[in-house]
Amino acid sequence: MRGLPPVLITAIVLVLGFALCAVQFPNIASTRVVGNLLTDNAFLGIVAVGMTFVIISGGIDLSVGSVIGFTTVFVALAIERWGVPPLVAFVLILVLSAAFGAAMGAVIHVFDLPPFIVTLAGMFLARGASFLLSTESVPITAPVYSTVSDFALRMPGGGRLTAIAIIMLVIVIGGALLLHLTRFGANVYALGGSRTTASLMGVAVGKMTVKIYMLSSLLAGIAGIVFSFYTSAGYSLSAVGVELDSIAAVVIGGTLLTGGQGSVIGTFLGVLIQGMIQTYINFDGTLSSWWTKIATGVLLFAFIALQQGLVALARRPVAKSAGAAT
Amino acid sequence: MENSASLLEVRGISKSFGAVRALQEVDFTLRAGEIHALLGENGAGKSTLIKVVTGVFPRDAGIVRLGGDEVAPRSAKAALQAGIATVYQEVNLLPNLSVAQNLFLDRQPMRFGIVREGEMRRRAKALLADFGLDIDVSAPLGNYSVAIQHVTAIARAVDLSARVLILDEPTASLDRHEVEILFRIMRQLAKRGIGIVFVSHFLDQVYEISDRITVLRNGRLVGERETASLPRIELIRMMLGRELAETTSARAAAREHESRKVCASFENYGKSGYVAPFNLELRHREVVGLAGLLGSGRTETARLVFGAERADRGQARVEGTPVRLQSPRDGVRHGFGYCPEERKTDGIVAELTVRENIVLALQAKRGLHRPLPRREQDEIARRYVRMLDIRPPDPERPVGLLSGGNQQKVLLARWLATSPRLLVLDEPTRGIDVGAHAEIIRLIRELCDDGLALLVISSELDEIVTYSDRVVVLRDRAHVEELAGETIDVGNILAAIAADSVAVALEAHT
Repeated sequence: MRGLPPVLITAIVLVLGFALCAVQFPNIASTRVVGNLLTDNAFLGIVAVGMTFVIISGGIDLSVGSVIGFTTVFVALAIERWGVPPLVAFVLILVLSAAFGAAMGAVIHVFDLPPFIVTLAGMFLARGASFLLSTESVPITAPVYSTVSDFALRMPGGGRLTAIAIIMLVIVIGGALLLHLTRFGANVYALGGSRTTASLMGVAVGKMTVKIYMLSSLLAGIAGIVFSFYTSAGYSLSAVGVELDSIAAVVIGGTLLTGGQGSVIGTFLGVLIQGMIQTYINFDGTLSSWWTKIATGVLLFAFIALQQGLVALARRPVAKSAGAAT
Repeated sequence: MENSASLLEVRGISKSFGAVRALQEVDFTLRAGEIHALLGENGAGKSTLIKVVTGVFPRDAGIVRLGGDEVAPRSAKAALQAGIATVYQEVNLLPNLSVAQNLFLDRQPMRFGIVREGEMRRRAKALLADFGLDIDVSAPLGNYSVAIQHVTAIARAVDLSARVLILDEPTASLDRHEVEILFRIMRQLAKRGIGIVFVSHFLDQVYEISDRITVLRNGRLVGERETASLPRIELIRMMLGRELAETTSARAAAREHESRKVCASFENYGKSGYVAPFNLELRHREVVGLAGLLGSGRTETARLVFGAERADRGQARVEGTPVRLQSPRDGVRHGFGYCPEERKTDGIVAELTVRENIVLALQAKRGLHRPLPRREQDEIARRYVRMLDIRPPDPERPVGLLSGGNQQKVLLARWLATSPRLLVLDEPTRGIDVGAHAEIIRLIRELCDDGLALLVISSELDEIVTYSDRVVVLRDRAHVEELAGETIDVGNILAAIAADSVAVALEAHT
């Protein structure tokens, strides 16, 4: 698989970190803790899968946090105030967020603008729109919410694999298949290699750009629904800064920030590492939760330095001589 | 192959960029199964022709027929679909994807919406085996040498059912062994009936591989010949010279032979791997021309003289005093000026005005702490705009909006403002329309008569003959001959360029 070495390093960091945690707090090594970790980070995992596609294609999507926030407010209002059946509300918001992403992708391609600026505008737009809907937290009391929250698969050892954790795992696996096994996935890598070359080689760059940002926003919408399950409320200030957490997870997962290389599995591991640090701090009890950010920052630096090293190594052409057969 | 059916027919293609006519009614015929070399010096119009045929640039006039049917691709992609594939010197593939993905991008074998990775690798391996390549196709393309990347690009193009394959300087970054592999593949493809256009400035390779040669010069077709019946000197004449008869008479009457003061001299000056050591004397009131083919070491000599490149041996003197030329700053300090060949990238600053461009070098010479007063700038700009007849005569106009000839004059003005003793001009007439051309040549003579020493590079031999008092001929990065006075004519220069290359060619074959 592509980009294996960085992914391997991420995996080693995760295993080592988990082992260290387990030595200090033996209780951490239980399905209960792991189950909670997956549940707590479900929305982050989902949105990071979309971010992986965007970053591998050479772009960035800063709007995802705001889309999550908007989604929670929209869903809460639709169900509680406007009397829309939950399922219909879900479909509506997913269509809306997908269209939002497609529009951003179209603007990026048609006007040849940097994704950073376009999605930054999208970020303000979506956050502003959610404030417009409601400035206060709207609790969701629909029966569907308690049903979903109560649902969980029992794992050996007493852990609970909740519905939202299952959704996240399904999306991670689906995302990995989409990225690594389909033509769409190959084109995402191609775009990250060079847009001009990809277009010369026959990739429909415009369509791809629209689809990639559409996918990212769609997944942000799903993450928003999951977030509303997680908190049973809709709040316009929820998920502020999640776009940065997800970028961090993608980069720690070994995806090249400049595009062209990376994997969904790596991103998943990156999410788990962030969750693991958070869990450690919870167990310790004396540390401020801001240590999560500090540890994430240190890890990010380490991984970016590592990538630069690997890139520098890759620049030296491997002297493989032409296998002059015949 | 004796298959003489014409595969690709280009008739009467013209293309202008602004006032510059890059191609004028060029014809080109490619037969099925032949390897056809497209030759010409820099700016002759080779790349423009390729880009017009493949639809990268729209054409102004003319038609392109492929296998008898008229085609007018609007993009490189469309040309590829029509069956015309181009492989550029810079490989247009994706180094971050696997070799197999590169070969089959956007047309991977699929089953239930999923790429059949194994099948794709098997096909990729089989495809490359046709080209004598046995490599791990699942490794990223970037892991392999440029030669293998080239072969991959060719394989992809051919597999896309290309009937015409255009190779633009494919051998420039390959070593001898890799060139052999490429040539073997080219011959195989020609046997299969594919027409190959081969652009190169390595004449030895052209003679080794091509069946036919078409030469362009200044955007015009010079002629098409069979390689086997075209002597090398004749080819070089086609690339560089015009008619011999007309040029000898154009030679200016021998100028007074008073002994001229030496301005700068270079003894055993050179840099290993760049230009072989040379002796060169540049005198006041004298023009020295540098002649030779592309890549023969002309620009390299100019850069050494100016200090843009550091010599690793030899001694330079200015007015008899030994000096060290370590950087362009040193060159400027000693009163040298250099107008590079790539006017757009190395010379003018397109966004700045004519005035700002003219005072640039003078300001640099004075240093940042002594800014030129605006009044003085205006005065200087006005003077040179008038003196060189720069049009439009507006010193506040951005240089980018001027025509090529006027841009060249602004560059000249920039150096003249520093009152230099030596001016180095690299291809001063490149990309300039005919009227301005004569004017620049007149300027060169005038500057010389004012006491300046000039070193001028040009691919236009008749032009060099017109204004030079002495001509240094270069070949393979060495100064091989110096002509002076009566001996300067196009024939002698050509003979000096072509001498020995037969021996060189024989050497390359063994």
